[in-house]
Amino acid sequence: MMLPIIGVLIGIAIGLLFPVSMPVEYGKFMAVALLASLDSVFGGLRSALEEKFDNAVFISGFFVNALLAVVLVFVGDRLGIDLYYVASLAFGLRIFQNLAIIRRFFLKK
Amino acid sequence: MSALKQGRVALAFVCVVLGIMLAVQFRTTQDIRSTIPFQRAEDLSLRLRQAEKERDTALRQLQELQNSTISESVAKEAELFRMAAGYLTVEGPGVVVTIDDSKRPMKPGENPNLYLIHDDDMLKVINELWAAGAEAISINDQRLVVGSEIRCTGPTISVNNMRHTPPYEIRAIGDPKTLEASLKMRGGVIETLQFWGIQVSVKTQPKVKIVSFKGAHKYQFAKPLKEEAAK
Repeated sequence: MMLPIIGVLIGIAIGLLFPVSMPVEYGKFMAVALLASLDSVFGGLRSALEEKFDNAVFISGFFVNALLAVVLVFVGDRLGIDLYYVASLAFGLRIFQNLAIIRRFFLKK
Repeated sequence: MSALKQGRVALAFVCVVLGIMLAVQFRTTQDIRSTIPFQRAEDLSLRLRQAEKERDTALRQLQELQNSTISESVAKEAELFRMAAGYLTVEGPGVVVTIDDSKRPMKPGENPNLYLIHDDDMLKVINELWAAGAEAISINDQRLVVGSEIRCTGPTISVNNMRHTPPYEIRAIGDPKTLEASLKMRGGVIETLQFWGIQVSVKTQPKVKIVSFKGAHKYQFAKPLKEEAAK
């Protein structure tokens, strides 16, 4: 269980060490991608706890979800539809749902 | 179990990616924060432009107003000149001086001219009134202007080329007390005239109406100097 947390910390360290910066106008897309990734990670955690974990589903879900979210927001931006909030809401809801399930799982244990 | 272990490795890897994304996002947000001054600068420049626009319109309005006041002042000046030229009927406090020939019986052998009003008597009175600060003077409803003559034409006096017979009524606008005093002063005009029995009465009036000059000012020989006109 420590592995993901260590992974996150390593990731943050790498991100902070390498001065990689996004242009300000793409911050929105990055935020959506981040949300999608978080959602995927929590989904993965949940499935792992439910012992239904599938590596392929998880990895593909992680990247595809993030990319799709970014593309959606980008297209919405072009069309004048602010899908950013929609994506935020959807992913936020799912994250909370997953978190709730994970919490219950730990409580049951 | 191996699937889960594999999954854990994958999870860890994904978490690393997630961490990188988090860090980048954090940095981006910081960047946005740091660019807020730039946004503010943009905002301020926009406001500046707006303020400049407002200033320009205000300036234009100011100019328009100034132009209108210039024409107003020109109009005022024109009125002043018209008044000075005698083209306007004016009214104000002043005096009415009535002068008539002497009724005193002439002694034999005396010069009858001494008992009559002459143009120089009139001129003296007028001169005294001007000196006392009269702003407008008329003789028998003939406005005295720049070129007005007071001339002896036999038994009459010619003013503005119009002949007038006694009694003469001189109207003058100015400070009534000063005008009256200037005429009635000891050894003054009236005293001299009364010595010969010429009837002079000076009445101060709060409202004296003086008619406008009916003629025209003509300048055949005199021409304004260019330098003066340019000023």
